[in-house]
Amino acid sequence: MRTTIRGALAALALLPALALGAPAASAAPSPSPTASGTPAPATKAGTSFLTAVNLSPGQDANVAASTGDYLYWAFGASEGQTPTVKLSVNLAPGTDRHGPQTWSVEVFDGLRRRQSCTAGTQNATGDQNTTALTLDCTLREVRTWAEPWSGDPLPGTYYVRLSVSDVPQPDLGLATAVQLHVAAKGGSDNAQPEGGELKAPLVPPAGGGASTAKAAAPVAEEEHWYTGWFSGWNSRWYWTIGGGFLAALAGVLGYNLTRHPHGRRPGHHGSVPHQGTHQSGSYADRP
Amino acid sequence: MTTGRRPQTRLGSLLAAVAITGASLLLGLPAHADEPSAGAPAPKEAPRVDLVLDVSGSMTATDIQGKSRISVAQQSLNEVIDALPAETEFGIRTLGANYPGNDKVQGCQDTKQLFPVGKTNKVEAKTAVATLRPTGWTPIGLALRGAAQDLGKGETTRRVVLITDGEDTCTPPDPCDVARELASQGIHLVVDTLGLAHDDKTRQQLLCIANATGGTYTDVRTQEQLTDKVKQLVDRSNDTYTVTPVKTAGTDKCENAPVLAPGVYTDREKFSEHRVYKVPVKSGQELRASVSVALDRPVARDYGVLLQATSATGQELVRGTDAGGGRTDVISTGLRWSTEASKGYVTASPSSASDSSTSKEKPQTTVCLVVSNSLAPQAGVQADPGLPLELTVDLASSSPAPEGAAMGLGRGWILLLTLTLAGLVCGLLFGWIARWRIAVWREN
Repeated sequence: MRTTIRGALAALALLPALALGAPAASAAPSPSPTASGTPAPATKAGTSFLTAVNLSPGQDANVAASTGDYLYWAFGASEGQTPTVKLSVNLAPGTDRHGPQTWSVEVFDGLRRRQSCTAGTQNATGDQNTTALTLDCTLREVRTWAEPWSGDPLPGTYYVRLSVSDVPQPDLGLATAVQLHVAAKGGSDNAQPEGGELKAPLVPPAGGGASTAKAAAPVAEEEHWYTGWFSGWNSRWYWTIGGGFLAALAGVLGYNLTRHPHGRRPGHHGSVPHQGTHQSGSYADRP
Repeated sequence: MTTGRRPQTRLGSLLAAVAITGASLLLGLPAHADEPSAGAPAPKEAPRVDLVLDVSGSMTATDIQGKSRISVAQQSLNEVIDALPAETEFGIRTLGANYPGNDKVQGCQDTKQLFPVGKTNKVEAKTAVATLRPTGWTPIGLALRGAAQDLGKGETTRRVVLITDGEDTCTPPDPCDVARELASQGIHLVVDTLGLAHDDKTRQQLLCIANATGGTYTDVRTQEQLTDKVKQLVDRSNDTYTVTPVKTAGTDKCENAPVLAPGVYTDREKFSEHRVYKVPVKSGQELRASVSVALDRPVARDYGVLLQATSATGQELVRGTDAGGGRTDVISTGLRWSTEASKGYVTASPSSASDSSTSKEKPQTTVCLVVSNSLAPQAGVQADPGLPLELTVDLASSSPAPEGAAMGLGRGWILLLTLTLAGLVCGLLFGWIARWRIAVWREN
């Protein structure tokens, strides 16, 4: 099951990889899928929400940047997942720097609403001797549905913004290198709330923004006469059917427990001959 | 994002665009002049980049890995020109290349188009670059205006890559003001700056130019860094030119606010100003809006942005807000809002009386989007033109609340235990009843 899902994800990953590869073809070797099926790292980052570079599932990014740049990437997350963004920044040589630098990672959803990190180092400060910083941010679990008034994470695009939040001005513009990795934990099996569905994923209306697998291939569901009654198989069916089966077994067992000492089982005739004869006699009396 | 090399991705985006257009047509959105870019899959303009190279006298300084600034720039440009993508229209403009004299008035007019923006003949371009000799003054402001003219007007984002080693010696016009003025014309111009000298004044000026237009600033230390960065910037023009926000102008009141269809819009908002836009939302639709206010000039340390959706009468429906402090490029927030016919906010829209097909249409609410900010300028910062504002509007089908656990089915070990115990109890009960009945029967 898991392997098939993974295979499907990898197949889906190829399409955005082609799109990403196209512009880079002239300058850099085009990111082509490696043997393991994960796309090659993106070598670019966007400079705004609209120009954020789309990352396909499992794709990393290795980008050369200048200190002070605002770097944007977009990735897709679907219901039940808990995405984690991991970044490492190689700082410019300490001899060129004049003081401590603080880097921050922020995550926004498809509507550019800030998403809280539940764990991780969102801000990291390095002094002049530091050569590299690592940042990470774990989001909340993506929900299947949320009220429009809430800011809960929903299936769709997520934006990552990496920036220098505090730096001595003379250090702006120095060369740095940034690595990004997005991991996602969990699947749609246990997504909350159950039965909830966001009709359209939270993706930006035009330009910039990765889409989830769902968004990439919006399959219109077929309507049947039973659509309102039966919304598809899920694990609840198995639990319920199993529970019914166990209940039936337990029922039979319980019934037998009460009848057993006085039952008509041949092996027990000797032990309770009195009752047994009475019972058989009473049954025999029936018309 | 997409180029001619990958027909399938282009087809995909085209299909998506067609689908969006089709959907908005089917939903009967009001047609108006501000058609968003997504609705028009017109032939794409080629990405355009103009490189502005400082050839002032100071470029002779030999301080980059033992080489002179100009020779580093020339060698880098050679490599960049060699690696130019086929579809990119590339041009070069120089400043301070021709007038060697001391007359400031004349020296500060010295900016010239070396190579027009268009399909590049790489050999000619390289030859032209090789002949450059450091000569005159540094009129950056004027050169930026010239570059904007070179790139012409159009719907796509155009990039200016400014390579310079010194501050502008020709103020006024202040190059940063020029950059802000160009940005406010709504001509989608982005200026990326690369500094070859490392003094504070140059850095501040180049940072200011980059911030004002949404560009980047790079402090060049090595030739390799310069080459890579310019290549990256040229490459970036390929990515960004497809996204073209539509210019709009919000008003201070809902009555006369512009009506927006799904798409991406830009506007300008001054400090503490309110900008209002209208979006018609049908029942069963969900309004999704987001807004970003770019901080393109120094502002007070703490800041905030508020996006409110209100009904036509001014009642607040939902709000999105974000606040922060410290260094940032944009501050953004978003909101969702949807309605059902049973809710109280649905009113017959004022325009429905004039519509011919009102009887069949679903009830429609006019939602006003109010964008406001809690930004304060630092002392001496210009308030005009306003800060760049980016608004996205989308209408999707609304998602009703889930009906709870799926169809009365259950899950989990407790469920199994409960059912089993219930079964056992039932079995025992039935057994006892049967025994009791037999006993009664026997007695009779």
